[in-house]
Amino acid sequence: MALATETPFHVLAVDDSLPDRKLIERLLKTSSFHVTTVDSGSKALQFLGIHDEDTCPVSVQADQLEVAVNLIITDYCMPGMTGYDLLKKIKESSSLRDIPVVIMSSENIPSRINRCLEEGADEFFLKPVRLSDMSKLKPHILKSRCKEHQHHHQEQHQQSDSNSNGSSNPTNNSSSSSDNSNSRKRKAEDNEETSPQKNRSRHS
Amino acid sequence: MDYSNLRRQIISMKKSLFDQGYLDEQFNQLEELQDDSSPNFVEEVVALFFKDSSRLLTNIEQALEKYPQDFYRLDSLVHQFKGSGSSIGAVRMKNECSMFKAHCNNRNLEGCRRSLQKMKREHATLKQKLETYFQLLRQVGPRERAVNSWK
Repeated sequence: MALATETPFHVLAVDDSLPDRKLIERLLKTSSFHVTTVDSGSKALQFLGIHDEDTCPVSVQADQLEVAVNLIITDYCMPGMTGYDLLKKIKESSSLRDIPVVIMSSENIPSRINRCLEEGADEFFLKPVRLSDMSKLKPHILKSRCKEHQHHHQEQHQQSDSNSNGSSNPTNNSSSSSDNSNSRKRKAEDNEETSPQKNRSRHS
Repeated sequence: MDYSNLRRQIISMKKSLFDQGYLDEQFNQLEELQDDSSPNFVEEVVALFFKDSSRLLTNIEQALEKYPQDFYRLDSLVHQFKGSGSSIGAVRMKNECSMFKAHCNNRNLEGCRRSLQKMKREHATLKQKLETYFQLLRQVGPRERAVNSWK
């Protein structure tokens, strides 16, 4: 395969169920995402560079995020830290709050769905998650990158960003100088593969 | 080698698994995800399910026999079982889990016990049928195994 000119977006998937983790990983890879899977909320936070004992988000923690994560997708029902708890921690963190979060659940409970959306989740998927659900992820990533880009411009140039939408070409997130991404490589937690993603066009 | 007999067997077996309600559309979704880069995906995820669910069945059995029963924990265990079962399209399993959950909510110990026995039977039956199915698939080899072409 030719050298990829675009780096795939990186999704962190959180699910305590092993078969479900394998499924979500496959769904994401098939949809050209780079994937890291972890089996708990606390491992997710570790990977993201924050420790759940910290009640006070510290901006220096952002340096610990060595591999940029463009989206987090998490199961709701997990022992210990639920997906909702994880969502809250992410939204409380100054370095992570702009990363889009998607919640998955096998139960269709409107009050649960609303609670998650109110807390800042970008999307709620009913399990079993399907390939068609994957197409909903990229818009959230692009939207958040546009927001991130705007924050960066406002900070740097004290003027609003003139770009309207995020670029349709997924460029390497870690090359942007925004404060919540970093380009240092790091040994991945779980099933992260380093082989380049094939551009799958079977499901459009 | 002439694969047409084997192919017929495979198609027929899959059809009966669907017709008899063992599997649903989700299983097709899994097969859609299988390709050259992940040629054994379905078998692998199904194997993970059976490994995980065997453990859960043991835990459920132990939790049922422990006095006093922790119905909250039982519900949580069955919930996990039901969730991963539905991820592979194991619809009969999923339905039996719903029955168990209902008994659990009513704190009906006898109902739970009966339901558990059914869950174990469904589990064993599905495991055996899928093992046979995958064995047949393995006989046709990876090149022939592009399942989508058989629909």
